Amino acid sequence: MTNVLVCIKRVPETSGQILLAADAMSVDARHVGYTVSAHEECAVEAAIQIASATGGEATVLSLGSGDSVEQIRDAVAVGCTSAILVEADGERFGPGDVASAIAEVVTTHEAADSAFDLILVGNDAADTGDFQVGVRLAYALGRPVLTGISTVEVVDGAAVARGDGPDGTEVFRLPLPAVIAIQEGGITPRYPSIPGRMKAKRTAVETVAASVQPAGSGRVGLKLPPTPPSAVEILGEGAAAAPAVVDLLVTLGVVSS
Amino acid sequence: MTLVLVETDATGATETSLETLTFARGVAARSDSAALEAIMVGPLSPDVSDHVLDQMREQGVAVVHHAEGGQLSAYAAAAWAAAVVETATSSSTRVVMAAGTPRGSEVMAHVATRLQVPMAANVVAADETQPLVVSRQVMGGSVLEEMRLDGDLAVLTVAGHSTSARPAEEPTEPKLVTFEPALTDADLVARVVSIEESEKADTAGLTNARVVVGGGRGAGSAEGFADLLELADLLGGALGVSRVVTSLGWRPHHEQVGQTGSRIAPDLYVACGISGAIQHWAGCQSAKTILAINTDPDAPMVTKAHYAVIGDLHEIVPAINEELRRRQAHPA
Ligand SMILES: Cc1cc2nc3c(=O)[nH]c(=O)nc-3n(C[C@H](O)[C@H](O)[C@H](O)COP(=O)(O)OP(=O)(O)OC[C@H]3O[C@@H](n4cnc5c(N)ncnc54)[C@H](O)[C@@H]3O)c2cc1C
Ligand SMILES: Nc1ncnc2c1ncn2[C@@H]1O[C@H](COP(=O)(O)O)[C@@H](O)[C@H]1O
Repeated sequence: MTNVLVCIKRVPETSGQILLAADAMSVDARHVGYTVSAHEECAVEAAIQIASATGGEATVLSLGSGDSVEQIRDAVAVGCTSAILVEADGERFGPGDVASAIAEVVTTHEAADSAFDLILVGNDAADTGDFQVGVRLAYALGRPVLTGISTVEVVDGAAVARGDGPDGTEVFRLPLPAVIAIQEGGITPRYPSIPGRMKAKRTAVETVAASVQPAGSGRVGLKLPPTPPSAVEILGEGAAAAPAVVDLLVTLGVVSS
Repeated sequence: MTLVLVETDATGATETSLETLTFARGVAARSDSAALEAIMVGPLSPDVSDHVLDQMREQGVAVVHHAEGGQLSAYAAAAWAAAVVETATSSSTRVVMAAGTPRGSEVMAHVATRLQVPMAANVVAADETQPLVVSRQVMGGSVLEEMRLDGDLAVLTVAGHSTSARPAEEPTEPKLVTFEPALTDADLVARVVSIEESEKADTAGLTNARVVVGGGRGAGSAEGFADLLELADLLGGALGVSRVVTSLGWRPHHEQVGQTGSRIAPDLYVACGISGAIQHWAGCQSAKTILAINTDPDAPMVTKAHYAVIGDLHEIVPAINEELRRRQAHPA
C-alpha cells in the first residue's frame, strides 16, 4: 500500500494577453481563469495510478487562499481520494516557505499515523517557475528526491522512476519515502467523469493554517517584456507565395541558391 | 569568485554552459572579485577534458575544478551538489550558477537548499552586485520578475539562449584542480542505475537545429505532418510541435517546443498552423527569424513573426517543397 501526496498550485491561466496588477507585484487575473501546471496534472495522474495499484490513498494538497479549493476539487474529480488545503497568503510565500509549510503538514500527518510514502510535485510551477519546492521539501523531511521525472511506479516497495537524460532515458530506484518532481511527457492525465465531479463536490477538504513565518520570495516587482510593434512582412497568400518563401530561404542562407 | 557548473557532452562543454560562462563573466566583472571559476563533475575522457580546457581558456576562466572519483560515475544530483558546495565554500564565493537545463536546475536547487540561501531560476540579467538583484523569466517567459537575492551567496540558473556565448577579451591559462568530494551515502541514494536508449536522444537535434519547422493544430492530423517533415528534411532541420499536437498524440512529446517542452534558438523557425500562445512563444522566441504560415492573419504568431504567408499550410508547404526540389534540380 503506497500513500501518495501530490502538491498542486493554483495559477492564472494565461494563454493570451497578460496584464499586471497596479502595484506590479502580481498578474491581474480577474479576467482569466485559473489552472495548475501541466506537470502537476501529470503528477496527479501518477498519484492516482500508484495509489490505486497498491490500494493506497492519493491525497491532493495545495497551499494558497481558499480559492485553491477549486483546483483541489479538480484533482479529486479525476481520482484523488482525500484533500488538504494549507491556507496561506501565497503571494507572501517564497518556494522555501512553501516547502517548510508542506513539510509541517507531512510531519503532522506522520505523527497521526497517516504517513505519505511518496510525495509528488510538479517540476516547476507554471507562474513563478522556481524549480525548487520539491528539493527543499525533501531536504526538510530528510528524504531522497528526483526532479524531471516522466514516469514513476512502485515496485517491491521502491519507486522506479524514469526521466530524460543527456544520453537517453535515465532510470532511478528510490527507497520510500521519497519526493519526486514530475515533468510532463510520459503520463497522460485523464479527464474527470460525471460521477467523479459529483464526488469532488462532496469530498471534505481538510483545512489547516500554515504556521510558517514566510521569508518571502524576494520579488521586487514584475515587468512585461517590451512587445515591439508588429513588423511582419507578408510574403503572400496561399501556394503562390512559395517562390517568395524560397527566395527568403536563400537570402537567409538556409538553402543555397 | 563566481562559480559556474559546466555540463559536458561527447564533444566538450555544452553550448548552454558556454552561454552561462559568458553571462557569469559579466556578473564577475561588476563585482569586487572578478575571478571566474568553473566546476565539472564526473568522469571525462582525456579528449573531452582537453577540449573543455580550451573552451575554458577562451571563456576567461581562472580555475577549473574537476570533481572525480568512482562514486561520481553515475549521475546523482545530491552528489554533484555536494561537490559544488565543497568548492564554493572553500573560498569566498559570491555567486554560483548553472544553465537552466534539467540538470543545471536540479543541481542548483540542491546547492541553494544545502547553503540555505534563495535560488533564482531562469535569470536573464543581473544588475546590482550586493545584494544581487536579478531579472528572471516567470509565467513561462512572458513576464520578467525583478528578484532580490538576500544572503552572502547567490545561487541562480541562467535562462537557455538568453545570452549568446562569446569569448573573453583576454583568454586565460586556467588552472586545473582535480578533487574527490566528501560524499555521504545519502548523496548517492538518488542516482542513475541504468540508462535506456530512447528516441528522446534527439532533443539535442531539436534544441541545436539551425532550422526548425514547427507544426500545430493547423496540421490537422498525424498524417498532416508528412509535408512538414519533408520541409524539415529539405532544409536539413528538425521538426518541432505545439502542445496541442503532443496532447492529441499526433507527435511524440520530445518534439514539443515551449514552456513545458524544449527551448529552441534556430536561425529560422517556420511556424505552421501554430497560434503562438505565450507558452509556445516561451520556447521559440529566441529564433533569429520566424516565418509564420497561418490561415489567420491576426494570430499572435503571425503578428510577432518577421515574415508570414497567409493561407492553408496544406497548400503552402507542399508548394514550398516543390519549389525547393525544382531549384535543387535546376540551380539558377
Ligand atoms: C501551463 C501550461 C503550459 C503549456 N506549455 C506549452 C508548451 O510547452 N508548448 C506549447 O506549444 N503549448 C503549451 N501550452 C498550451 C498553449 O497555451 C496553447 O494551447 C498551444 O500552444 C496551442 O497550440 P496550437 O498553436 O497548435 O493550437 P491553436 O492555438 O489551436 O492554434 C492553431 C493555429 O493554426 C491555425 N490554422 C488552423 N488551420 C490551419 C491551416 N489549415 N493552415 C494554416 N494554419 C491553420 C489557426 O489559425 C491557429 O492560429 C501550455 C499551456 C499551459 C496552461
Ligand atoms: N503553493 C503551492 N501549493 C502546493 N504545491 C506547490 C505550491 N507551490 C509550488 N508547489 C509544488 O512545487 C512544484 C514546483 O514549484 P516551484 O519550485 O515553485 O517551481 C509545483 O509544480 C507544485 O507541485
